[in-house]
Amino acid sequence: MTSGSILRALRPCIGLAIVLTVFALHPQAEGFLSVFNFKIVANQTVIVGLAAIGATFVIVSGGIDLSVGSIIALSSVVCALVLRAEYGVTLAMVSAIIAGCVCGLVNGLMITMLRIAPFVATLGMLGIARGAAKWISGEQKVDVPPAALESGGLQAWMSNRPDPEWLWFSPGVWTTILLALIAAYVLRRSVFGIHVTAIGSNEKTARLCGIRIERTKIAIYSIAGACAGLAGFMLCARLTVGNPTAALGKELDVIAAVVIGGASLAGGQGGVLGSMLGALMMAFLASGCKMTGSATYVQEILIGTIIVVAVSVDVLQRRRA
Amino acid sequence: MHVITLRAQGIAKHFGVVRALDGVDFDVHGGEVHALLGENGAGKSTLLSVLAGVHAPTAGSIEFDGEPYAPRNPLDAVRAGIVTIHQELCSSPDLTVEQNIVLGREPRVRRRGLRALVDRARVRELAEQALERIGASVAPTARVADLGPSERQLVEIARALAFDVRVLVLDEPTSSLTAVEVERLFAVLESLRADGRAIVYVSHFLEEVMLIADRFTVLRDGRTVGSGKVAGAEIGGIVELMAGRRLDEVYPPKRERARSDGSSIVFDVREVVGKSLPREARFSLGRGEILGVFGLVGAGRTELLRALIGLDPARRRIISVSSDRDVLLGGGPREALAHGIGFASEDRKDEGLALDLTIAQNITLSGLERHARFGFVRSSSVREASERCADAFDVRRASTEQAVGRLSGGNQQKVALARLLHEEANVWLLDEPTRGIDVASKSEIYRRIHSLANDGASFVVVSSYVPELLGICDRIAVMHRGVLAQSRAACDWTEHELIEVAARGVDRRAVQDRASEVDQ
Repeated sequence: MTSGSILRALRPCIGLAIVLTVFALHPQAEGFLSVFNFKIVANQTVIVGLAAIGATFVIVSGGIDLSVGSIIALSSVVCALVLRAEYGVTLAMVSAIIAGCVCGLVNGLMITMLRIAPFVATLGMLGIARGAAKWISGEQKVDVPPAALESGGLQAWMSNRPDPEWLWFSPGVWTTILLALIAAYVLRRSVFGIHVTAIGSNEKTARLCGIRIERTKIAIYSIAGACAGLAGFMLCARLTVGNPTAALGKELDVIAAVVIGGASLAGGQGGVLGSMLGALMMAFLASGCKMTGSATYVQEILIGTIIVVAVSVDVLQRRRA
Repeated sequence: MHVITLRAQGIAKHFGVVRALDGVDFDVHGGEVHALLGENGAGKSTLLSVLAGVHAPTAGSIEFDGEPYAPRNPLDAVRAGIVTIHQELCSSPDLTVEQNIVLGREPRVRRRGLRALVDRARVRELAEQALERIGASVAPTARVADLGPSERQLVEIARALAFDVRVLVLDEPTSSLTAVEVERLFAVLESLRADGRAIVYVSHFLEEVMLIADRFTVLRDGRTVGSGKVAGAEIGGIVELMAGRRLDEVYPPKRERARSDGSSIVFDVREVVGKSLPREARFSLGRGEILGVFGLVGAGRTELLRALIGLDPARRRIISVSSDRDVLLGGGPREALAHGIGFASEDRKDEGLALDLTIAQNITLSGLERHARFGFVRSSSVREASERCADAFDVRRASTEQAVGRLSGGNQQKVALARLLHEEANVWLLDEPTRGIDVASKSEIYRRIHSLANDGASFVVVSSYVPELLGICDRIAVMHRGVLAQSRAACDWTEHELIEVAARGVDRRAVQDRASEVDQ
């Protein structure tokens, strides 16, 4: 590991440390560092965190996915509709993941078969998935039927008081942690993961080395879609409603988390665990701002500043090297 | 006539603990071509960056035209009249020739209130003047992306003239030019020299230096180790200064081998026709044979290799790989690799290597599956294999976990070739395998190619450097306008003949006669 990549890995940690210190010292943010608050923040990280797992693969491969927010909304609607048809929570989750995965697959096909730039292809999907969500929901929120909300049902996935209690975090948080660990290992150590990095680092070299670029890219965007689909399920679990207008602009939070986490939008660099820390940092920032009663615009300006500072530190570091 | 002088004394430049320059003396006068020589890593690029205002020297002083010269940024240098033309030309490909020539100092419309607009008539005038001055027949309205490397270079020189250049610095100007284009460039340089401008000429091709330069300075390990007049100097002596080794040691001793008989053919190209290039090519490669392919830039040599490996779509492609069975290839690089055909790109930075990946990753990228169990890579296996291949090509490194981009050009090229070794390729298709690398690395690569060929690997080497082809190949064929002619034993060619055939093509009847002789 070179000194540059260590610094890259430290970037989200430093950001997180600063955010934690600032609010811990803030007189109005009482209980910011409490266990209780940490549970809440962890829970609030789940949706961006899950989507950021997939987005890390996309960004490391040199691509971008703007359709995340719309896919989350579509999946949350699909989830609620499946529950309303009384098919049970498990099938609802599977359906949400499949819905997301299909959107991602279409993204991948547009990018590889039609050779549309990822920015444009996923911009298209941003509109299509959002529209589809409104269409199948009849442009209304889809309430989850009470039967599905009974104990051990949908809500349990995102509950701050998990059952059994020794779980400490909600199952949604544990799912995110587990998936993140698996994804981190896959990205670093699997043939697929290294091919993803190689494509992002230099696609021409990857082609010359006989890597199946089209197939790999389709897989990447499908995974990203599936992750967003799971995030949609978690959103439905938290809100107990499938909302076609939810998660507007969420894709930008997801991209921000990945970039703060050390990824380069030029591709070839980035890691899943960094993205998770980036997502956690943004959730802590939101929580701190809420506690101190700061207006949302303060939070927005802060997140914007952190992105710019995080990336410019990296650029300066590279220039000196 | 006033003669300008650029004089650098005792220049040092340290990056942390690395002493890129450590005592360089260099001077160039108006009306001369001064060659700056040295192997890669000798400090030429750093010296050029100091002159161009990219880096400030740690110590030493530069005097230009009688005054201290300390540019704070590249624009300062250009304003002073010192213009550098880089090896990788940095014009804007989407703009037109004339837009490129005036880029950064576009003449404005003089009328009041319209000064934000570009005076297009004046742009045309300036561009035409500059192009005419160097005798370049390039249309001012052509898009630079549509030009070849030689024309792009002329555009860069025209641009320097439009900036009223006083010291023109050329970094490896001929590395992607053909012999004819080199001659044209030299004519331009001679007219600039006659004009009283100073030219700093950096090149690996000593034969060219002997032709064009008046004086030379040799750098080694960041220091000036010698300088003098070119007239009366000998190439051998200069090479010794550069590398501390003799010229006849650059090429390995000739290999003793007979023309392979039909039974040992390992790679039989019966037909390749690309989308536009190549138009016609058929050849066969015996086990352990090294075939050189020479031709002008644009003759279709690179396209030939790319079509063979399946990187570019081919209209017709009939290749049989007959190590033990007959296989016709039709697919992409993956299929070619699976049949032991490896390819090294001429453009190692843009295509050949992923510069921010590690040495180990670059070497094993095309065969990662071999080190994987259930889709996950065993790092010990990757490390071991990459160490072995890097050692075989003597890649100088701190570890195989180093990013390839941090290595010198010669070592990068060795990594690109080490990948083919890892692929266990039987047929190596090498496109300009020693472009822009130092003499010592070249020599090591030649020796490695020979030892691999002695072990049974076969090679197709595309090169624009005739001495290299004559030095290492068993047979050489010339490509002309997309047609690959019959090959001949390397000892039957002379340098002059190769260049002539490349420029004019072969008389087809003569080729057929020769082919029938071989058949009998």
